[in-house]
Amino acid sequence: MKRKLLTVFLLLMMALSMFSMAACSQSEPAAEPAAEETAEPVALTVSAAASLTDALTEIQTMYKEAAPEVTITYNFGSSGALQQQISEGAEVDVFIAAAAKQINTLKDEGRLVDESIVDLLGNRLVLVVPADSTAAVSKFEDAASADIAHLALGEPTSVPAGKYAEEVFTSLNMLDTIKAKAVYAKDVKEVLTWVESGNADAGVVYLTDAINSDKVKVAAEATEESHSPIVYPAAVINTTASPDAAQAFIDYLGSDDAKAVFEKYGFTIL
Amino acid sequence: MTPAWISIKITAVSTVIIFFLGLAAAWFMANYKGKWKGLADGILTLPLVLPPTVAGFCILVLIGVHGPVGIFLDLFDIRIIFSWYAAVIAAVVVAFPLMYKTSRGAFEQIDPNIINAARTLGASEWKVFWRVCVPLAWPGIAAATALSFARSLGEFGATLMVAGNIPGKTQTIPIAIYFATQGGNMKAAAVWVAIIFAISLTVMVLMNGWNERQSAAGGPAGRKGAA
Repeated sequence: MKRKLLTVFLLLMMALSMFSMAACSQSEPAAEPAAEETAEPVALTVSAAASLTDALTEIQTMYKEAAPEVTITYNFGSSGALQQQISEGAEVDVFIAAAAKQINTLKDEGRLVDESIVDLLGNRLVLVVPADSTAAVSKFEDAASADIAHLALGEPTSVPAGKYAEEVFTSLNMLDTIKAKAVYAKDVKEVLTWVESGNADAGVVYLTDAINSDKVKVAAEATEESHSPIVYPAAVINTTASPDAAQAFIDYLGSDDAKAVFEKYGFTIL
Repeated sequence: MTPAWISIKITAVSTVIIFFLGLAAAWFMANYKGKWKGLADGILTLPLVLPPTVAGFCILVLIGVHGPVGIFLDLFDIRIIFSWYAAVIAAVVVAFPLMYKTSRGAFEQIDPNIINAARTLGASEWKVFWRVCVPLAWPGIAAATALSFARSLGEFGATLMVAGNIPGKTQTIPIAIYFATQGGNMKAAAVWVAIIFAISLTVMVLMNGWNERQSAAGGPAGRKGAA
C-alpha cells in the first residue's frame, strides 16, 4: 500500500513539473505580439565589456522604442572572457570590447565582419578608494603606501582595465611593488565591488565606474601617456543570423541619442 | 609559490581541520538522541547541497572588513579576507559535510554490543571512542577523509569569493585554470588540469590501497558482532 502511494505521488510530481515547464514556455511567445510592426522579430545577443553595463542597459530601453522588433540580450563580462566564448563558438551577434586586443584576436581568427569594426568610445583610468577611506592617496604612486594592504586590479591577461593598470604602474617603475599586494579580479566591476565593500583598500577602475558609484571616491587619474589609449571597438560576428540588425544596432550606438547616454556616464566619444 | 604548492598547503591544512571537526561532530551526532537530531543533521549537511557560492557569500559577509568576525580580528590587526586562511575556511566549510556524514554512517554501523562490552570492562568514554570505535569505523573514516581531501582540493567558487586570485598567495590550481582559460592561455590551463588530475587520482588510489591493506591485515574484527 505504502509503495503504491509513493509511486502515485512520484508520478504526480513528474506530471506537475512537466506541466509547469510547458506552461512556462507557453507564456514566452505571448509577450511578443505587443509589437505592431510587420517587421520580423529579431533577437540579438550582444557581448559587451563589463564597464558598459549601466550605459548599455539604458540604451537597451531606448532601442526598444527605436526598433521594437529587436530584442537585445546582453552578456556582460571581461573582454577576455567574452572573446574566449566567441572563439569557442558562442552564438553572439555583436561584440563590444574595452580594448583593441580582443577584437584583433577575433579578427585574426576570421570571426568578424571586418567592415563593421568601429571604435566607439574612450575612457580614463582612475585609482579609487572606499568613500570613507582615510588613507593618504592622491596619486598612483601612493598605491605603494603601507595604508594600502590590498590593491584590487583586473586580471591583466583577460581584463583590459587590468592591462591598462599594469601599463601605468610599469611607467612609474613600481610594478613589482604593487604586485606584492595585488588581488586580481575577473572583471572591472568586481574590482569596483571589492573597493566599495572595503575589502580592498584601493583599486584601479575606469572613470565611468568610479563616478557612477557613491561608495568609492577617485583618488587619482592616470595621465593619458602612462597607458595605451583606452578604446572600445565594436564589431559584428560573422556567424550572426541577423547581420543587418546587428549592424543597425552598432550604427545606433553612434547616434546622437546613444552618444548622449554614453557622455552622461562619463565616456568620451571617439 | 606556485599554484600547486598553494593548493596542497591549503588542502592539507583544511583536511586536518576537517578530520578532527568531522569526527567530533559525527561521534556526537551518532550518540545524540535528542529531538533536534534531524534539524542539527540538516544544518551540518547543508554546505554539501547548497551551491559553493552560497558558502562563499556567507563567509564573505562574516569575515569581510565590515563583517562581525572581520571587525573582531581587526582589533588584533589581522585581516583574513584575501588570504590563504580564508581559502582554508572556504575549503573546510564545503568539505565538512562529507567527512561528517560518511563518518557518522561508519560509527552507526558498529555493533552496539561491542561498545557496551568495552564499557562494562571499564573503558572511559574517550577510550571507547578513540580505541574501540574509531578503529572499527576506520574504513569509513578513511573514505571520508579521502573524499574531503578531494573536495577541498577542487574547491573553487567559495575560494575565489573570499580569498581572491593572488598569484603566489591564494591562487590555487582551480583558480589558475580558470584565469588561464579566460586569458586564452589554454596550454597552461591544460598543464594545471593534468597536474590536479594526477594529484587527486594518486591520493584516491593510495587511500584505497592503504584501506584494503588495513582490512586484509586482520584489522577490526567483530564488525558483524562475533567475539
